[in-house]
Amino acid sequence: MTPLEVGQELELKSYPINRALLVAYANASGDQNPIHQNEEFAKSVGLPDVIAHGMLTMALAGKYISDIAGSAAVKEFSARFTKPVVVPADTDVLLNIAGKVSSIEDGRAKIEITAEVDGVKVLGMAKASIAI
Amino acid sequence: MLNAEIIGRTFPGATPTLVTQEAISTFAAVVGESNTQVAPPTFAISITLDQSQKLLQDSGLDWTRVVHGDQRFEIFRPIVAGDTLLCSSTIESARVMAGNEIVSVRSDLHFGAELVASTWSTLVVRA
Repeated sequence: MTPLEVGQELELKSYPINRALLVAYANASGDQNPIHQNEEFAKSVGLPDVIAHGMLTMALAGKYISDIAGSAAVKEFSARFTKPVVVPADTDVLLNIAGKVSSIEDGRAKIEITAEVDGVKVLGMAKASIAI
Repeated sequence: MLNAEIIGRTFPGATPTLVTQEAISTFAAVVGESNTQVAPPTFAISITLDQSQKLLQDSGLDWTRVVHGDQRFEIFRPIVAGDTLLCSSTIESARVMAGNEIVSVRSDLHFGAELVASTWSTLVVRA
């Protein structure tokens, strides 16, 4: 891994989210809430359509962080779920993730993460601390 | 509404969850992670969300109206296959804002005496 520097902007990456991924995440995580799979149910509770699990969005941001120094290096990771990611049928929604090194101290790098879909922030205050 | 006397109380789990290689590999595959020797950073949620729901089911919290507000992980060492993790959950705080109940739950995952990971979830119970 190339050494990180404070202020460094990390490469933007895009992660496609579709209905099949929501089913796969539901099975992997055990979160079978129907708002993430069933359009009719989602609409019946006032949502515009099926929405992604907030924790799926965070898991994909976790992959972004893991790619910097490996999963085992991730020590802290936090995020707010600011906007739901709406996932229509037969469509890939692109989750765009970028990061910036905000500090390096005591063998830890802090990364500030931005995550957006169609220009709308879906995670707030997202940050991670990784061992370097 | 949450029973006020429950705030600050820790609910220890009784049955540990065995982490299988299959569970790690399945979770890793969803996010496109090829390294399956350790669990991805948010894997702990697959244990703590389910366990904390069970532990807190008599707390008065209406899980059908819960929306996930935020999430934090502290990972003391990566979770690996073969870990048997016991979850204990604590309601750290609860307050009402604009009619919604905001509840903060910490869940600790222990392997024997070793604290492996802690997760903090802010749950918003919609009015």
